[in-house]
Amino acid sequence: MIAPELSPRIGVITFPGSNDDRDAALALASLGAEPVPVWHGEHELPDVGAVVLPGGFSYGDYLRAGALARFAPVMKPVRALAAAGGLVLGICNGFQVLCEAGLLPGTLRPNRSLSFVCRDVALTVERIDTPFTARCTRGQRLSIPIKHGEGCFFADSELLAEVEASGRVVLRYEGESPNGSVAGIAGIVNAEGNVMGLMPHPEHAVDPLTGSTDGALVLGSLVDAARRVTALHAAV
Amino acid sequence: MLVRPKSGILDPQGEAVLGSLRQLGFAVDDARIGRVVDLKLENGDPEQARVELERMCDQLLANPLIESYEIELVDDR
Repeated sequence: MIAPELSPRIGVITFPGSNDDRDAALALASLGAEPVPVWHGEHELPDVGAVVLPGGFSYGDYLRAGALARFAPVMKPVRALAAAGGLVLGICNGFQVLCEAGLLPGTLRPNRSLSFVCRDVALTVERIDTPFTARCTRGQRLSIPIKHGEGCFFADSELLAEVEASGRVVLRYEGESPNGSVAGIAGIVNAEGNVMGLMPHPEHAVDPLTGSTDGALVLGSLVDAARRVTALHAAV
Repeated sequence: MLVRPKSGILDPQGEAVLGSLRQLGFAVDDARIGRVVDLKLENGDPEQARVELERMCDQLLANPLIESYEIELVDDR
């Protein structure tokens, strides 16, 4: 039995240029977690049940979005955590960093329209057996905002076939993809299912004041999963 | 180093430039936009330099999934 009052600690990394770190922390706190700020220059992670790589423009998106952040000192323990089965969620720029770091397949390219897109989008949940979507129902339609200039998910045909065949697509844009992503891919997990990246911003959709609260289903799932991890650690 | 989108990869920047060039009345078939990275190396040995530059491209300067690269060595001593 996991005490529901247990507030799992979830690390939120700040890279130079991250700008959704505080929103992510606020959203996680509102869902019962204890957000722990983690600076990109740290060589170790604090004791946390999960880690979030937030949105923003790390290193000014220079070279390619996420390309430089993957060399930040903190990425070494993040890789180690991911390799050990720990929970890692990358949102927007965080997704780009995880792809560049090779923790997720594919890459994010400039939007097909070349325009920065900022609006609510409709998503379909394709997998609910992940630590990031357990609160959703299969096929559920979510409304969550996107705001990015480089969110066009790309994988060549071979990689795409592999991603699809292994059921790694967790979220897909409903209807026409707002950024030109192949197969309308909005969010994917790694093969083990413990690392997820998504372009939409669940942390901006947790309060009815700003519209949809569907983001709470994603982040709430993560909080639940982090709570289980924390309880397990405490029991050992 | 010349880094450019692999052939077959959609290049929205190139497409936008292609459209503008056509609007200006130029007969252009295709436009692709890449990136030039100029580096000054301490290493004077061209073979070693090339190996090092390839590693730089593979590890950082190009994303092998979507970009190809060419290396040109210039001796400016």
